[in-house]
Amino acid sequence: MPKVIPAPDELSKPFWDGVNKKRLLLQNCAACDAYQYPPRETCATCGSVESLGWKEVRGRGHISSYIVIEDGRLDRRMPDQPYNLAVVTLDEDPGINFYSNLPGTPVHQVPVGAAVEVFFEEVGPGQLIHEWRVTR
Amino acid sequence: MTAQSQYRWRRDKEGLGVWEHRGKVAVAGYGHSPVDRRWDETSMDQTLGAYSILACQKAMADAGVTPDQIDGVICCPTTIAGASGGAASNWAPRPFFDPPYDSEWGLTRVNAQWLIKQMNLRNVKYAPASAPTIGEMVGMASQAVGDGLCTTCLVIYPTGNLTGRYRRGGENAEDYAKGERQWTVPWGNHGGNDFINIFPHNEYCLKYGGAHDDLAPFVINQHRNGLMTPWGFNATHDVPQLTLEDYVTSRYILNPLRLWDCDRPVNASAAYLFTTADRAREMQQPPVYVLNHSQHNFKQRSTQPMLDEIETWTDFAARQMYEGSGLSAGDVDIFNPYDGYSTMTQFYLEAFQWHGVKRGDAFAFYADDIRVEGPHPFSSGGGNLGNGRTRTSMYTDSIEQLRGTAGRRQVKVRAETALCAFTTPSSGGWLMLGKYPS
Ligand SMILES: [Zn+2]
Repeated sequence: MPKVIPAPDELSKPFWDGVNKKRLLLQNCAACDAYQYPPRETCATCGSVESLGWKEVRGRGHISSYIVIEDGRLDRRMPDQPYNLAVVTLDEDPGINFYSNLPGTPVHQVPVGAAVEVFFEEVGPGQLIHEWRVTR
Repeated sequence: MTAQSQYRWRRDKEGLGVWEHRGKVAVAGYGHSPVDRRWDETSMDQTLGAYSILACQKAMADAGVTPDQIDGVICCPTTIAGASGGAASNWAPRPFFDPPYDSEWGLTRVNAQWLIKQMNLRNVKYAPASAPTIGEMVGMASQAVGDGLCTTCLVIYPTGNLTGRYRRGGENAEDYAKGERQWTVPWGNHGGNDFINIFPHNEYCLKYGGAHDDLAPFVINQHRNGLMTPWGFNATHDVPQLTLEDYVTSRYILNPLRLWDCDRPVNASAAYLFTTADRAREMQQPPVYVLNHSQHNFKQRSTQPMLDEIETWTDFAARQMYEGSGLSAGDVDIFNPYDGYSTMTQFYLEAFQWHGVKRGDAFAFYADDIRVEGPHPFSSGGGNLGNGRTRTSMYTDSIEQLRGTAGRRQVKVRAETALCAFTTPSSGGWLMLGKYPS
């Protein structure tokens, strides 16, 4: 079964529009230069609302830790079990992190600390998600 | 009866000083229903509502108060599983029953209004329509009694569980991830404190050295304390004592999180009676004084909270609680932090530095003597892991230890102060109790 499909809303639409064009756009605050992910109505760093815009990042990161989902609760992912779930920190701002199933990395064989790069995976008609793979 | 929705009762900042009602509010009674794995769907005297009424009756009997004396009722009206609870937490679309079981109220949820009606509590003047979980309700009640909004207040925490696997169904059966779930569910994280804490726990093992299964002595001891808790699930269902072998061979849920790192959802209810210290002294039991209550609610930086955030948050909670209670780590005799997943408890232990345990020391502490008979009777109530997911043993054990009625769990060390909580690292609350008002 495929992954669960994200449902963009008003706030997240620019992000998912970017992903669907294979670009990783994060909220960025013009007032304090902080990146923000997931997107919020206000800048969590300085509180600004009007200064929040979108800025493309390179999509390089590192694996900080991982688990293996062996007995999850999502109907759509049951056949995938066991599968990796890693946390990837963004090189441009390690305070930003993303989940990843690390496609291509065998289950249980996640190299913690390794470098990863973003790529985009189709999970529903016309809907991509950002995924990450270990760079060689 | 007033809703008081704007009532500001929380103590969620540093710098508030010692709590203004320190020692002037007390817990005078408690009561537990039986703790069942699930409601059997036929026994109307074993519903969540019936169990909540029973818990209230026991709490009132314990304190020696009559229903007419009750002027405050605070009851958490939500299901503990939330929207992802699925069939295990909602009765509908199955047909309802005759009143008072003609809606979800009394079956899967209980609120103050339902209880007031069923129990014919005629003198209630404080019964907020919305109430937080037990971790914060005890603070809400303490502040309300201290501020004079009510004098004799029941606090009820129902935890329901129906047939069906916990958190299967509901949102977890959907094809699309909406709202906050769009940032986690596409990759398999369907939410919950198991996911929230397992990653920082992994970071913890890497940072300080240690392996996941170093949690085993703690989990095993929780089960041991649970078997000495007469009302708990394990003690009332002849659950055998968990062994090291059982633990290290148990299956993984979110590897390395094992089955026995997770608590067991149950159908149960508990009630506590909060009153003024002056009234408590006239009641049946030795008063257990409230020395401080505190709450916290932190926002994570990004998608997944990291170890450094969790350490910052729990340090804040510790500073705030010690400030408001006027106590320090060395003053705390009984320590019952939350253990709904075993992976979060070390964060609290080290933040509050109970028995001198500092960051990175928890696994060594667990490997030492933490039995109730020993010098470091950690989590003497057995928590959720030893009693089922009632989220209340931390409070009940603390009360019993200070009264000196903990039976086989009674600690051998001094028992004059107790710190207890239902909380997660990011949100919840702490309660400091004392055998003496100052
Ligand atoms: Zn900003």
